[in-house]
Amino acid sequence: MKYILMMNTMRAGQGVPEWAQKDLQAHITFMIGLNKELRQSGELVSAEGLSFPNQAKLVRAGKDGMPITDGVFPESKEFLAGYWIVDVDSPERAYAIASKASAAPGPGGAPLNMPIEVRPIMSGPPPETL
Amino acid sequence: MTKAAMTKPWDVTSEHLLRELAPQVLGAVTRRFRDFSSAEDAVQEAMIAAFTQWPQEGVPENPRGWLIQVASRRRTDLVRSEIARRQRETAVAKDVETMAPVDDIESEMDPDDTLILLFMCCHPALTLSSGIALTLRAVGGLTTAEIANAFLVPEATMAQRISRAKQSIKASRVRFRLPSRQERVERQPAVLHVLYLIFNEGYTSSIGAHLQRLDLAREAIRLTRCAKALLPDDAEVAGLLALMLLTDARRAARTGPDKELIPLNKQDRALWDRAEISEGTELLTAALSKGSVGLYQLQAAVAAVHDEAARAEDTDWPQILALYELLKRVSPSPMVTLNYAIATAMVHGPSKGLELLRTLDTDDRLAGHYRLDAVRAHLLEMVGDCESAIKHYRTAASRTTSIPEQHYLITQAARLAER
Repeated sequence: MKYILMMNTMRAGQGVPEWAQKDLQAHITFMIGLNKELRQSGELVSAEGLSFPNQAKLVRAGKDGMPITDGVFPESKEFLAGYWIVDVDSPERAYAIASKASAAPGPGGAPLNMPIEVRPIMSGPPPETL
Repeated sequence: MTKAAMTKPWDVTSEHLLRELAPQVLGAVTRRFRDFSSAEDAVQEAMIAAFTQWPQEGVPENPRGWLIQVASRRRTDLVRSEIARRQRETAVAKDVETMAPVDDIESEMDPDDTLILLFMCCHPALTLSSGIALTLRAVGGLTTAEIANAFLVPEATMAQRISRAKQSIKASRVRFRLPSRQERVERQPAVLHVLYLIFNEGYTSSIGAHLQRLDLAREAIRLTRCAKALLPDDAEVAGLLALMLLTDARRAARTGPDKELIPLNKQDRALWDRAEISEGTELLTAALSKGSVGLYQLQAAVAAVHDEAARAEDTDWPQILALYELLKRVSPSPMVTLNYAIATAMVHGPSKGLELLRTLDTDDRLAGHYRLDAVRAHLLEMVGDCESAIKHYRTAASRTTSIPEQHYLITQAARLAER
């Protein structure tokens, strides 16, 4: 079963974290380690970090079919910061990975306990049964 | 398959040989059947067959003949299945029947085939991404799976990209022949650009979280070496190869244990690859003596100046400044001006550099680009304005789309904030 684990930690308009150097380092090391672990366990399908909200645009097709772009507005409460797609044996395993990612170290090394949204990924049609 | 005489066990050189033969075999098969698209698919299948069979059964006595034979058979199969699909028996069946024996095909080999293919795959009619993919497959002899893996896209996506590239070639009626001298001059920049982008992709991704990617930087070097052998009098091809070697030489020093980015002035220069540096420097010296100085030679010259400094503080900045001045004339762009500003700061002081950066604030091509903020932050730090430097490091960090670069910039801001 495939799951997407979405880390919704950013707010629009929020800049880069203003943490101490060693806290940043610990956080980065943790994330690199987590990805390595998932790759080695054969569960990682893909993981991507997304750019900051100031690089995001809302796009809609205009009347002529051409794109109309807009900035992302500060009132957006949450913003996808990154995601993992994992292929695991059970939903419990997906939750366990999400919980581990959620507890990534923040300032002073304390766990951030960020909310991670976990949702199953739709699959193709089931194999035909005879 | 008939058992051919096996004379050589598979070893490290075999893969190299196989890749080198790929464009030659493709040239021969294309020439014979006058259809690049189906020949290319057939050669791809022959390559995959060789990669599967040769390591176990040994390298055939005549590897080129083996590949041509297998590719020709696959091509026949492909055409037959196409007939079945399209039900246009008469027209294509004739083509199948007139297939010549392999011996004839081999006598039609042309040493320039690889060059023809290079110019064909890097044709301006193709989008850059599809030109890159097709070059790696048709000239580089890589499999679709390997290319897909290198660019981190699904194999089906890459296969589609390659097939679209071939359709564009067909639609633009590019013929399978050596471009005239004039055409070669016109299209040489496109070829070099594709090779340069392959190298860059490999170089920038070598620090990502993805460890099992094919080494695109090495592949770009191999292809450029091949281009250099085919175009020995082209100083810019030599310049590009020199640039790649002089840049690749620093690879081991470029990242730390956690794959974090280490800037040039902090690198452990003992880790630099001396052999690559001396080869690059020699190539560059020979190229510069030819008189027509271009964009790649100048960038290679900058890389060479950095590479020859034993310590960062020994860097000959006045020479780098002079080179960027030339680059501004040969190939003006805001990126060149940005680098010119850095060199100016190193020679005439950071305030002079900051002054030059202000001229870029109104340039739309660079507006919002993280590099401008990153360089400004660095120069502000040099003049001692830490508060503004922190602000610009953070802005740059929020604008880059490279994770290692982002980590580096955030860490710079944090370092200054702790002072």
